[in-house]
Amino acid sequence: MLTDEGKKYAAEGSPEVQLFLAVPPEGFIAKDELQKKLDPSVFKIGCSQAGKNKWVDMGKQVSRKVQHVEDKVKDLLVRIQDGQTIDKDDINSLKARKLIVAQTWKGYSVRKGPNYASKRKKVATDLTRENLQRGDWKELEFKEYNFNAKGPLADAGHLHPLLKVKQQLKNIFLQMGFEEMPTNNFVESSFWNFDALFQPQQHPARDSHDTFFLEAPSTTRQLPEDYVELVKRVHESGGYGSRGYMYDWKREEANKNLLRTHTTAVSTRMLYALAKQPFAPKRYFSIDRVFRNESVDRTHLAEFHQIEGLVCDRGLTLGDLIGVLNDFFSRLGMSKLRFKPAYNPYTEPSMEIFSYHEGLKKWVEIGNSGMFRPEMLLPMGFPEDVRVIAWGLSLERPTMILYGIDNIRDLFGHKVDLSLIKRNPICRLGID
Amino acid sequence: MPTVSVARDRLFAALGRSYTQEEFEELCFNFGIELDDVTTEKAIILKERHLEDDNSSLDDEVIYKIEVPANRYDLLCLEGLAQALCIFNGHEKIPRYTVANISKESMLKMQVKKETSLIRPFVVCAVLRGIAFDEARYNSFIDLQDKLHQNICRKRTLVAIGTHDLDTLQGPFTYEALPPPEINFVPLKQVKHFRADELMEFYKSDLKLKKFLHIIEKSKVFPVIYDRNRTVLSLPPIINGAHSAITLKTKNVFIECTATDLTKAKIVLNTMVTTFSAYCERKFEVEPVEVISFDGNSSVYPDLSEYNMEVPLSYITGSIGVPLEVDEVTSLLNRMQVHAEQAGLGGNNINVSVPPTRSDILHPCDVMEDVAIAYGYNNIPKRKLSSLKPLPLNQLSDLIRYEIAMNGFAEVLTWILCSKKENFEMLNRKDDKTTAVVIGNPRSSDFEVVRTSLMPGMLKTVGHNKDHPKPIKIFEVGDVVLLDEKKDVGASNRRLLAALYCGANSGFEVLNNFDIPDPCTFLELDIENFL
Repeated sequence: MLTDEGKKYAAEGSPEVQLFLAVPPEGFIAKDELQKKLDPSVFKIGCSQAGKNKWVDMGKQVSRKVQHVEDKVKDLLVRIQDGQTIDKDDINSLKARKLIVAQTWKGYSVRKGPNYASKRKKVATDLTRENLQRGDWKELEFKEYNFNAKGPLADAGHLHPLLKVKQQLKNIFLQMGFEEMPTNNFVESSFWNFDALFQPQQHPARDSHDTFFLEAPSTTRQLPEDYVELVKRVHESGGYGSRGYMYDWKREEANKNLLRTHTTAVSTRMLYALAKQPFAPKRYFSIDRVFRNESVDRTHLAEFHQIEGLVCDRGLTLGDLIGVLNDFFSRLGMSKLRFKPAYNPYTEPSMEIFSYHEGLKKWVEIGNSGMFRPEMLLPMGFPEDVRVIAWGLSLERPTMILYGIDNIRDLFGHKVDLSLIKRNPICRLGID
Repeated sequence: MPTVSVARDRLFAALGRSYTQEEFEELCFNFGIELDDVTTEKAIILKERHLEDDNSSLDDEVIYKIEVPANRYDLLCLEGLAQALCIFNGHEKIPRYTVANISKESMLKMQVKKETSLIRPFVVCAVLRGIAFDEARYNSFIDLQDKLHQNICRKRTLVAIGTHDLDTLQGPFTYEALPPPEINFVPLKQVKHFRADELMEFYKSDLKLKKFLHIIEKSKVFPVIYDRNRTVLSLPPIINGAHSAITLKTKNVFIECTATDLTKAKIVLNTMVTTFSAYCERKFEVEPVEVISFDGNSSVYPDLSEYNMEVPLSYITGSIGVPLEVDEVTSLLNRMQVHAEQAGLGGNNINVSVPPTRSDILHPCDVMEDVAIAYGYNNIPKRKLSSLKPLPLNQLSDLIRYEIAMNGFAEVLTWILCSKKENFEMLNRKDDKTTAVVIGNPRSSDFEVVRTSLMPGMLKTVGHNKDHPKPIKIFEVGDVVLLDEKKDVGASNRRLLAALYCGANSGFEVLNNFDIPDPCTFLELDIENFL
């Protein structure tokens, strides 16, 4: 459509033609005089356009170069006003001179669709008992299901994510032939938690900064005295092929009660009981809570769950330990394992277990293992060729990795978001 | 686990070669230590002083922080680590540590007075003759004492180490315990004299030393070591005297370790002298000192004797699970700083001599572990114990069943056999004869086909429970059978989950055929797809 300027030229003619007409057909006219004759804007544009078209000779004196001109521009503008179509190049040049402006028209074409009806019907959102009883379900039209919309959260029961993982691990142990140990006793004596495991009395782990010692009951009331005597002797002076630690073992230390720092305390009691029977091989496991007096942070709590497995048999080797670790961890989806020499007071050899994490593209420590020391087993009364291989890891760490949780308090404890528990999928560890 | 900071380049120089970080980490992994952190000298100092980087001229030396096992006191300094790794790599032989062969009369003496038994009964001593210190060695010497104090010494409560420039002192020495006001000396880093009781007050504000005051402060007598001129060597476990302070120029070092645990004192003394005798004129030789008790008994320290064991080859190979010959085992042990050789002729026993650097070795099982480490844990073939595998489909089915039940659905168990009509027509489905297994001799129409869907059974259940309170929520996890050309018999089972909801309202169309007056929603899934 025409701009205001364009409308002006459509009516009066383009400025270059006006200028042309103002120049005498024969002879000259002074430029100043010409300027006075015309509108200033007409003059300016007219000069440049007329000059461009080579219609006039522009100088101090202006004269016509050609006899006659056509006012093409006015012509085009008029045609546009009439609604006629014009050439694209012409459109562009008129646009450039800001004489026309593009205007958009939107058009819709409408036709009858498939659901066209002379009368509008209401769409049913549900099928009800009344529909069935009345029989009008036959004529009902149903609104499409929106399968992308989630329904309201069902009021259902849910099991805790950590315990779902525990259940799967328990199944794995059972399939591997391991018997569950009774671990329902959190209070333990230092004797069963440390001394019987050949852990020396001046060891850092026994300090109050790692262990919860008890005020009540502060000391254990009973210990198997014969066995205590054997344990004392092996700490102080060795025996059974060992040179011992050669320090003064104190009964008061052993009597101190604590909250167990590892479920190995239970394993020790079970092994002691096993040694009293005529020897039969055994595989034991447990998954239960342990307590550490450490500072709490994103990945550490004062209480957590330890997973422990042990095999007791004649002639077991490191090769058997590596084999059972490979079996166990491959059922958890970790089949690429490496072992690193480590130190535990009660195992020798000791191995830290590393698994290759495909996501992080590096080796990650997943557990600790070893063969119990003879100084621990022989005072219990086991025959010399009986060996015990064992391993342990925490329950929380693999669960956090499995479910992508990076703060342990989001998983365990009272600060857990209930919807996390409700949203948690089934645990398929050990199945695939 | 204790961590030792060592200058990387100095360590590599001692190892005789340079490593990339990955190569070094691999070496650590195989040996049983861990490269915990990599930092620079500058970064450590800035952190200690709580400063930001100021582009100063502080040393940018790369520092490796290496974690070592808690029972390896020989690895608590650069010298110990380097030696252990060199021997592990087979570049060096295990040193033979010796005590200088001097007569008892010419030995320096340490006389122990009776009162020391009230507070700190034991003392052991040794001399390092003709030692050459430079700044790095000196720092290492101080750092090792610190590390030992923190670890085996249990923060100086069990053992405290004092090191002195022997040329500033004159033996014989005495180890006494006196009332605090009677002890008077110039302590390290001070210029004026202090009485021992004044010193206790003075150090209450010393960040480092105040932690040790409790060990003796309540005692009526404090331990103290004098030389023949009543120069105070040290007030254990608090501080040494300034008079006998060691400098870079020191040529002869006198070491005394006072203790409440004699075994640990000996281990600590041995660790100090075995490590730093490498810098003595007579390499790996230590000059002994006689310690004379108040009851007249005397002992000579250090006790560098080797601990001997005879270990059967079968014990080692039988515990590790790798067949090895005696000579293979002995060369593996030599790489772990343990002397080993065949016992007797054609023997299957190995004579093992444990040097004083390996105080962690208590029993043949420790020797066996060292053989396994040198062999390489990851080279040991695994032996699988018998175990069972679950059936994934059945395990998964059970997990799903529990979840659905927890969502408030009752489990139903319906017939696998049904009529053709129930399986097709009544479900608005066409029987194109390509899906169902057909019974050839059914007794009645109830046994015509094997179900191809769980729907008939579920719907029939609802039909027979019209009076049951609504909504009815039921589920079933079970097999259907479909014709299958790929199977040998021509048909296969498929495990499905179906759930049905029936109430006063709900979505899915229902069949009047099953005589159910209320609407139902039904869902059926093939759960084998989840495997």
